[in-house]
Amino acid sequence: MSERIVVSSSPHILTEEDVPRIMHAVIMALLPVCMVSIYVFGIRALVLIVTCVVACVATEYLCQRVAGKKPSVYDGSAAITGILLALTLPPAFPLTGAILGSVFAIAIGKQVFGGLGYNIFNPALLGRAFLQAAYPVLITIWTDPFGNPWSVETVTSATPLALAKFEGKMAPYWDMFLGSVSGSLGETSVLAIIIGGLYLRYKGYINWKLPLGYLATVAIFGGIFWLVNPGKYPDPLYHLLSGGAMLGAWFMVTDMVTSPTTPKGQWIFAIGAGMITIIIRLFGGLPEGVMYSILLMNSITPLLNRWTRPQMFGEKS
Amino acid sequence: MEIRTFKRGIHPSYNKEATEGKPIERVALPQRVVIPLLQHAGAPCNVVVKKGDSVEEGQKIGEPAAFVSAPVHATISGKVKDVVAWHHPAGGKVLSVVIEGDGSARDWQDAGLTEVLDELDSLSPPRLRDIMKEAGIVGLGGAMFPTYVKLSPPEGKKIDTVILNGCECEPFLTSDHRLMVEMPARVVWGLVAIMKAVGARDGYIGIEDNKPDAVRAIEDVLKGAGMDNIKIVVLETKYPQGAEKMLIDAVLGRKVPTGGLPMDVGVVVNNVGTAKAVYDAIKFGMPLIERVVTVSGNGVKEPKNLLVRIGTSFEDVLDLCGGLEHAEDEEVAILNGGPLMGVAQKDLSVPVVKGTSGITVLAARELKPPGYMPCIRCGSCVEVCPMGLMPYKIADAARLGVGGIFKDFGGSACIECGCCAFVCPSKRPLVQWIRVGKINLRKDEKNSS
Repeated sequence: MSERIVVSSSPHILTEEDVPRIMHAVIMALLPVCMVSIYVFGIRALVLIVTCVVACVATEYLCQRVAGKKPSVYDGSAAITGILLALTLPPAFPLTGAILGSVFAIAIGKQVFGGLGYNIFNPALLGRAFLQAAYPVLITIWTDPFGNPWSVETVTSATPLALAKFEGKMAPYWDMFLGSVSGSLGETSVLAIIIGGLYLRYKGYINWKLPLGYLATVAIFGGIFWLVNPGKYPDPLYHLLSGGAMLGAWFMVTDMVTSPTTPKGQWIFAIGAGMITIIIRLFGGLPEGVMYSILLMNSITPLLNRWTRPQMFGEKS
Repeated sequence: MEIRTFKRGIHPSYNKEATEGKPIERVALPQRVVIPLLQHAGAPCNVVVKKGDSVEEGQKIGEPAAFVSAPVHATISGKVKDVVAWHHPAGGKVLSVVIEGDGSARDWQDAGLTEVLDELDSLSPPRLRDIMKEAGIVGLGGAMFPTYVKLSPPEGKKIDTVILNGCECEPFLTSDHRLMVEMPARVVWGLVAIMKAVGARDGYIGIEDNKPDAVRAIEDVLKGAGMDNIKIVVLETKYPQGAEKMLIDAVLGRKVPTGGLPMDVGVVVNNVGTAKAVYDAIKFGMPLIERVVTVSGNGVKEPKNLLVRIGTSFEDVLDLCGGLEHAEDEEVAILNGGPLMGVAQKDLSVPVVKGTSGITVLAARELKPPGYMPCIRCGSCVEVCPMGLMPYKIADAARLGVGGIFKDFGGSACIECGCCAFVCPSKRPLVQWIRVGKINLRKDEKNSS
């Protein structure tokens, strides 16, 4: 019997984990949120998600072909960007806008930097930021839960954060936890997000420092203002349950590519993003600050990696 | 019992079941051996025999050419067939002595002395070191550093502790495990001799918790002899628990400074196999001419633990285990050592050397896939690096030739255990790039000085 002896440098065995496996697990983890959004906002939500995914995957494929690279859409990373972008949009958001945001997210947010692994900003959030600038009105038209998101004429409903900020009213906690509140597709059910996030934690694909550090900061930092003036500012639980805090904590702060790799860097990143979120929520012009807080911290991730090198074994502190 | 360990590291599949319960088999003398004149860290030996000479088992055939060196001995009796450059398991070719055996075997047990303890009392530390040197004893864990050199620390370095390494954290390998189970007294008395040779007060034997029978066997010897200055430390089964610095940290909580040596914290680490060889040298006057080799992996028919003569070819050793087992035309990797730090061989005529703790054969279904993806900054490599480095960063610096970053981020502290490459979901050859970076850094430093 003949054999072919192969020679390579050690280690000769590797873990079974690989990038497509991680990405597919993230998609799995996003399914509960997607399903709740479809339940709450109907088929329109599904159409929006599918549109973003198809547009992101197609953009990734085209960019890679143009650049003369081997297309790698099967790794699932573009599909994740599509889902996450859709989850940050209002249910009635126009589909042309969704496509535009997807193209921006992948082409400018990711491929311009060199593709998977090289982007500085979370592509989905960058796409969302682009749409915020391009469609400042449409991106803040919210549909009532179980309302009709096919028409932007019939709907106007405030999100829990806008209620608290501009009208001084509070949405019921239980509705926010289960998902029957208005907001972006993925801002509704805290429960569904936590199920997905815990699944990823169980698979070992997210570092607990990031979501916990972020959520704890949102609660504690937000809580300080609430203690100072409970009449004016929402309480910590409200901060945690409303808006994009949960989705951001479990699926965006934890984005591997754009968050730091060192333990100390991860703490700084998570705490920094949490504080900026609260500052924007309480004192900025917008009701929600999750997106900009994460994008801002993304921009210093390379520096955090450089500044927070862990202590080497045997190194004098 | 308290289980200790170091920070970070990995948990690969250990695959020890195939051989951990199999007693060591002493195999028939090989007809031919090839003995490289370099089987240690340091300078190659000068050959002291020539083609046509008759040699006797145990006769010295290579004399050390420098302080850091170790003699080599004929491992069978017979005729010197040739002195020629031969494939070496560490890579490349090394001048080697080819001996054709005459079939006669020497009975070392006959040279028997009395109780080793009495013997030890009459031997001074310098004399002990000399015995180890003359017997050609080097580190049998794989690094093959001459033992007597390790036990001769420079002026001002006081060694208070000797740790025996019985971790055997490499998957598949069980040679140290079997040695501890079957010859625990030789291991313990070897340790006593090493402690005396270096003047250390305390001894420890570190054993991973997947070898409870080895722990019991050693414990019995220690109890029987009433030795209370030697302790067993049970360690978590985790790779690279057997790496010197990790072992010292786990056992004593002492951290070898970056760029330093174990003696900087008053410690010497030796493999359990080395201790057994020390015992054999003192008790029987037997130089290091044989060792236990685990033959395992999914590409070998009958995995075994064999006591073989040094210089036996890999081919002969594999034949003793029924040969290779793989599909037609399947790719196989044949490793000197285990799958995490072993060196892949391209020619099966390579001989077993003093540091060959195992021969692992991996058939294609266990091998790593070709190609790699971009780094996704998942940080897995940072989470597992036992040296606390950022492997992805220093590997990229090495790959791109950015020497400054490589140095600033501690690239030269890398112990090349390969945990980073093992866990990388993008399958990036991180440790391989770092190895290149270390070589380049050394070159740069040489050029600039």
